[in-house]
Amino acid sequence: MAGSVGIVEAKRAAFEEPFRFRSGAEIPRFELTYETYGTLNAARSNAVLVCHALNASHHVAGTYAANPEDVGWWDNLVGPGKPLDTNRFFVIGNNYIGGCFGSTGPTSVNAATGKPYGADFPVVTVEDWVAAQARLADHLGIERFAAVIGGSLGAMQALQWALAHPDRVGHSLVIASTPRLSAQNIAFNEVARQAIMTDPDFHGGHYYEHGVVPRRGLRIARMIGHITYLSDDAMMEKFGRALRRAAPGFDFDIDFEIESYLRYQGDKFSTYFDANTYLRITKALDYYDPAGDFGGDLAASFARAKAAFLVVSFKSDWRFAPARSRVLVKALLDNRRIVSYLELDAPGGHDAFLLEDPRYHGALAAYFGNIEL
Amino acid sequence: MTRPDLETIAQWVAPGARVLDLGCGDGSLLKHLWERNQAHGYGVEIDDAEVLASLRNDVNVLQLDLESGLALFQDGSFDYVILSETLQTIHRIEFLTREMLRVGKEAIVSFPNFGHWQARLQVLAGRMPVSEELPHQWYNTPNVHLCTLADFEDLCAQLGATIRERAVLHGGRPVRLLPNLLGSIAVYRVTA
Repeated sequence: MAGSVGIVEAKRAAFEEPFRFRSGAEIPRFELTYETYGTLNAARSNAVLVCHALNASHHVAGTYAANPEDVGWWDNLVGPGKPLDTNRFFVIGNNYIGGCFGSTGPTSVNAATGKPYGADFPVVTVEDWVAAQARLADHLGIERFAAVIGGSLGAMQALQWALAHPDRVGHSLVIASTPRLSAQNIAFNEVARQAIMTDPDFHGGHYYEHGVVPRRGLRIARMIGHITYLSDDAMMEKFGRALRRAAPGFDFDIDFEIESYLRYQGDKFSTYFDANTYLRITKALDYYDPAGDFGGDLAASFARAKAAFLVVSFKSDWRFAPARSRVLVKALLDNRRIVSYLELDAPGGHDAFLLEDPRYHGALAAYFGNIEL
Repeated sequence: MTRPDLETIAQWVAPGARVLDLGCGDGSLLKHLWERNQAHGYGVEIDDAEVLASLRNDVNVLQLDLESGLALFQDGSFDYVILSETLQTIHRIEFLTREMLRVGKEAIVSFPNFGHWQARLQVLAGRMPVSEELPHQWYNTPNVHLCTLADFEDLCAQLGATIRERAVLHGGRPVRLLPNLLGSIAVYRVTA
């Protein structure tokens, strides 16, 4: 029987050397928050790094003693007897640099000023996240990951690991992702950023000093995001045209269930997520393009990868549609890399990567099961 | 390896070759080719359960629809492109055959022979054939393009493809006499 990893604790690793971002900006030191599940074997060969997407964190599996309701975001995948089996693998979740769940980011205190970085925190990239994670791997004594796995933006990190550290990754699992954003993806991100930056409470990113949060902007950014995470069919199935009140109100209060849902999601998000982090994450998404240094030739950019790849897409995902995964698969095939590709007819839209589907989880269980340690 | 055409295919595939297996099912041919010949490559399969079975067999599998062609694969990037017992389920056979000959240095194709005497007899008796090789009823068969040896050879000629080798089987044994009448499975090695 599959079970939970149980009570877990977040840990912190501090790195007392300067960190240089891809932009050229530098910070004198940084910390990463992480969690681990399972046991590192004597050969140190069973480590799996889990990378999170936009709003998740290092809390991948299990619960906290102080807060049993706070279940990890990928708890359905990670645990004893689960597809990513913690009886066999040593699994690491981490909050990326620039995040707002404990790792050094815009809310952290800038030692030079004694105030939070705020707008002064550098713009982060997927490359920066992986560079910081590599320091964490060193800190934990992990020379090589059996696998790096992520969905969406997390999958971009799994890809980047295979490119930046070809000898440190056995398998790269790239789920519901794309090697680079489309103009439409960037457009959605820009609307989200504009929502935040035009909020009167934004104060150029130094809102902490004013004791406010650009809540309205964050809320709208989250609502836009949510629309792209669900498929048209999934949204229709879940909410339809159902009304929240007995009859149309002929006003601008909530009529439809979907409006209520989006407002709820937006409100919830705006209470716990940092706007400066949100801005930076969307930029990291926009900038990521492994082919950028190769004249746009994706196949050329993957020549240096050595990992075996599992690429998974979902047919109902219109944010990162299967065609975008196929472009990646083709680049890998052109380089004769070891790759398997799943294109699942799952209804969940982009968020399908977080859901439990027997075909999807069965495939991951089979794949992880065949990884030799 | 229970299907007799698969053993023939395995004998034809050179050691260390690069193989693309179209409609790879549970990946057992690729697994066998790796264990027997250290030939390696990828399977293409559309069915969820078969894709999962291939993954369990530790075979590289790509979930794609063959009807949309082999656009993910470069010209001449495989030593062999195999289509075993799948031809008869394909809608765009001419298109896929051209694609196979583009991507592979050789194509290996096996299919049930509709010209086998038992099939002919059943049609003569006024019924669609049902046999070990063609187990479905007419109304639930996945087969859309059944053909005989002679038909397939005509197609190759029409596409300008050269047949390099042919094996015709029945009950797991080679058939040399009147193959289009006595053979129930045909296996071809074809080049552009």
